[in-house]
This record gives sequence, C-alpha cells and structure tokens, in this order.
Amino acid sequence: MSRLAVDGLSLRFGGLEALAGISLDIAEHALYAVIGPNGAGKTSFFNCLTGYYRPSAGTVSLDGRDITRMAVPDVAALGIRRTFQNVRVFPRLSAHENVLAGAHLRSSASLVGTLLGTPAMRRAERALADEAQRWLEYVGLADKSRVLAADLPYGMRKRLEVARALMGQPSVLLLDEPAAGVSSVEREELVAVIRRTWESGVTVVMIEHDVELVMQLATRVAVLQRGRLLVEGSPEDVRTDQRVVEAYLGRRRG
Amino acid sequence: MANGSSSPPGTSDIGSDVSARGIRAAAEPSRPAARRAGASGGPRPDSRLATMARNRSALIVLAALAAAAILPETGQGNYVMSIAVQIEILMCLVLGLNFVVGYAGMLDLGFAAFFAIGAYMTGLLSVDLHWPILATIPPAIGAALLGAVFVGLPTLRLRSDYLAVVTLGFGEIIQEVVTNLNQTGGPEGISGIPPLRIGGLVVTTNDGYYNVFLVLVLVFVAVSFRVRHSRLGRAWLAIREDEDTAQAMGIKVRRFKLYAYMAGSVFGSITGSLYGSAFIAIAPPSFGFNESLLVVMAVSIGGIGSIWGGLLGAGIVVAFPEVFRQFAQARLLVFGVVLVLIMVLRPQGVWPESGLGLDRAARFVARFPGRRGEAIAARRRAAGVERTP
Repeated sequence: MSRLAVDGLSLRFGGLEALAGISLDIAEHALYAVIGPNGAGKTSFFNCLTGYYRPSAGTVSLDGRDITRMAVPDVAALGIRRTFQNVRVFPRLSAHENVLAGAHLRSSASLVGTLLGTPAMRRAERALADEAQRWLEYVGLADKSRVLAADLPYGMRKRLEVARALMGQPSVLLLDEPAAGVSSVEREELVAVIRRTWESGVTVVMIEHDVELVMQLATRVAVLQRGRLLVEGSPEDVRTDQRVVEAYLGRRRG
Repeated sequence: MANGSSSPPGTSDIGSDVSARGIRAAAEPSRPAARRAGASGGPRPDSRLATMARNRSALIVLAALAAAAILPETGQGNYVMSIAVQIEILMCLVLGLNFVVGYAGMLDLGFAAFFAIGAYMTGLLSVDLHWPILATIPPAIGAALLGAVFVGLPTLRLRSDYLAVVTLGFGEIIQEVVTNLNQTGGPEGISGIPPLRIGGLVVTTNDGYYNVFLVLVLVFVAVSFRVRHSRLGRAWLAIREDEDTAQAMGIKVRRFKLYAYMAGSVFGSITGSLYGSAFIAIAPPSFGFNESLLVVMAVSIGGIGSIWGGLLGAGIVVAFPEVFRQFAQARLLVFGVVLVLIMVLRPQGVWPESGLGLDRAARFVARFPGRRGEAIAARRRAAGVERTP
C-alpha cells in the first residue's frame, strides 16, 4: 500500500512553474530518494507535502487521507516530520531542549498539572526527557545534551534536527539533503542513522545530491527536472537511464 | 497523535525500541564521545566549573531572597520601603511580560494596559460595590483575558514590529478610555480603595504590602519556572526561536502566541489589583506608555527570557534613578547613560537566560597561561566539555 500518494501536483509562483503535474506513490516500506539538478523543484515538492506551500493543482494523500490543503501543524499531527535544507535547529535552546520540542504533540499537559507539578505530570515529563536523551544518543550526540544548538558544529546540528524529528514518532520522515556539507566520517554515521530509522518501520523520503549515497541507501528513486518527474524507479533503473545521464551531464554531441 | 491502524510496526514505542539500538550504536568504536556518555549511564556530563557557577547563581539568589525577607525588620524608613514595593511591583510586571517578550519572542509595548485593567477593575468593584479586594481579583483576571483575546486574535499573525505598534496602540487606548470615562473617575482616577484583607488580617502598612508583593513575586517566579519547563513553555520558546520550524513540530503558532499574551495579562492584572489596594488611589498617568516602556526596559536590561535577569532588571530600573538623586537635575540623564552603557557592554542582558556567565569567565581565564589557567583547562578537557584544541 502506498503511504504517500502524490497525484498531478503542480505549483506555480506567478509565471514560474516550480512543479508541473508530478504523480508518484511512495510505498509504506520505502526508503525513497528524490534527486535532480538544482532548481528542479525538490524542496518545493517537500514544502507541498508538509503544508508549507499550497499546491496550485493536484493532491497529496497520506495513508489514503487527503492532506493537500492542510496547515503545517495538522500535517505534523498526522505523523509527517521533516528536516530542512538549511538546518533549522532552535539556536538558543540546548540540544536536549531542541529534541524535547519535537515531542509537542505527544504530551497532553493540562494547565493545572503544569502549574501544580502533579506526580503524573512529573513522571510524564521525566519519561519524555529520558527519551529525548536516548534520541540524542541515537544520532551520536549523547554528550552534547546541554550544549546550545548554536554552539554545535554544522554536522551535529544536522543530526540534532533528525533527532528532533524522530522525537515526534513520525510515520513518514522527510530529510532535505541530510548529507550536504557533512564530513565523510559524519556521513557514515548519518547513513547508519537513516538506515536504522527506516528499518524500524518509518517511511523515509530524502532529497539528496550525493548520488552515491542514494544508490547505497534508497529502495526507490525519483528524478525531478525543471519541476517535472523525469524518471521513477529502482536505483539501478535510474542509474542507467539515458535521460538521467543527460539531465546531469548533458547530451552527447553528434 | 493520529497514527491510525496503518502505523508501521514499532512506531508507538519507537523510543524504547530504538533506544536499545541507540545504545548499541553508541558503543561503536567510531564514536568515543557517545560511548563515554552512554557507558556512564547518561548523567549529563558537566564540568565542575559549570556546577560551581550554577551553585554560585543559586547562592546569589538565596542571599538576595534572605535579604529581601529581612528588609522590613531592618528598620528602614518609609522612603526605602516604598522604593522596595515599587521594585516588587515592577518585578511582577516583568515576570508577566516575560511570557510574551522573553518566551514567545513578541515585542509588546502596551503591557501597562493589563496592569490598568486589573487596577481599575479592583478599584471599581471595591469602591462602588464594596467587594473585598481578594474577590475582585478573579473578575479582573477575566477582564484582562478578554482584553488579551480582543487584541490578540486579530493581530497575532503580525510579526514583531507590526505587533509592537498594535500593542502600543492598545496601551494608549486603555489609558485614554480610563481618562475619559466618568465611571472610572476621569483624570482623577479612583481613590479610597480599601486595604487588602486576607482572612482576619488587614494589610495597611508599607511593610505589609512589601511582604504581600514579595509573596506574589515568589509565586510568579515559581509559576514561570514551571511553565518554562513544560510543553507550553517549550512551544513558546520554539516559536521565539523559529516560527516556521515550530509549526513542523505540530505547534499551532497563533494559538500559542495568544496563550502567551493571556498568561502575561493574568500576571499584569493580578499585580494591578494589588497595586490599587496598596496605593489607595489610582489615576491614568500610572498606566501609560512610560510604564509599559519601563517593563520592557527591565526585561531587556536583565536579559530577555531570563527570570532572574528580569528581577534584577526591575531593581536596576527603579533603584538607579533614586541612587542618582545626588546628580539632582541631571539624574535622568545619568540614568540614560548608564542604561546605554549596560546594553553596550552586555547586550545579552545583565543576567541572561544562559546564566551569569561565571563559567564563561572561568573559561576566559583558562585561556591565559599560568598554573591556574592550565588547571582549569585540564579539568574542562577531562570533563569532556571542551574539545581538545
């Protein structure tokens, strides 16, 4: 069964057609990669899936439910979490608090409980705090929990963003260029984290420029070019597709 | 969370499920730092210096509290005690505004409006209808909440600068209304507000109100800390840090901004109610733009978002003009220069959210050669707080 179904998705900014009739199905157990040259519409595509952009036409559905015109928090409430291309952690909060912020929809703290600090309330808070610490461990940031996010190096901020997303117990995780600007050592860790997350049953969709990483991880690949879906298929199919080679390297002359 | 029947296996308990793997992953040799923390059972790694700095902050707070508690017993004159009460009142307002400016990150230039609503509701109900002061507090809170929703609902989608202008307008409107309405006593305001009665106790003296407001400050501080480390506080901070990203966590930004506004209005109105009772008479000039500005000033001088900083800021803003009385006519000029100096030298505030900076000061010392610096640096490295250079 498809987890995310995208049908005829179009997005227009004035005269610019950012997305033009994209249709694809992302299966429940997919580790799906979206690739394509700069400006192909990959991030716009993500923004349409998560409610940041209202598509001009077409539909997006999650588990058969239409989410096309939903507001961002409502989409999040249905179990979609994402990271951002330009790493958006909360700079003046500690790493631990960043992850905890991801649990917003999971705690049902009443005002009275909060003000009085009832035992049930404290227990629930404690459990979330412990879990946040475990997610930090999961992405290899266990010893950074008290460090302000702004003070973390770039690669760690990227992993922190992943931990924050996972704290929300997503059924779908969208990663916008997880490996961009990350050192080769960190890249290995990142690959491990993504793979483990996918193996635990989360549908992972990632935008990635690193074709090697995509071939190594993805079960399915979509190639976008100038807002259109160029090719969709297994990594092997995509790698050998003549149109993809042309899109990336240009047409052979003569 | 609506995962529904189609959620993947293990999603519901993914935290505990994955944690086992997380620990195993942390034990991989490629990640020594993680292994260290994982193996030690997860107590947050910390340098002794940071702990010392925190303890020192706690000591400062305790000392200040002790001093505040015995102040009425030290036989200060009415002058000192009335300044002290003014400081406490501003502290209460600062803690209210802190929800809005410090936590949710919205600039509010009309906070005195809620102070006014509280004072006038209490004034009207106690003088005209002879309600006891305590009984007037709930309706005053209700009125302030209505005010908060009234301004908040249509305007909270605005971003900072525009919101600041709207709140400024709201503050002015409230002041104009109470100045021009006959029912609120016009420019003369309301006088003859009865003293506060708590059970059989009637509070009539300056010292008495000093203690009342001291308790109020402590309650507000406790509530502020509770809220800060709750779902509500985290949502506010996320909004302050990055509104768009906060939405991706499922935080309904506009609703939570309204909550911040409402929380602030509750603190402001309670303070106003007791203010009316303490000063017997209230008049429009006490609730103008100057008052709003004073609160914003105290928040920013102390350190935006910092509870202790805000309290310190309130002390500075009220006490300095008094201390500078020796400069006679130049006192406000001196005050202004001092404020500018503080903001230039410590733009993050005197006591920012991230702490007094004693730890950072120590790190600064550690940069210098010499035995003491070396020892501190070594200790920090050993604690794993600082990356080896």
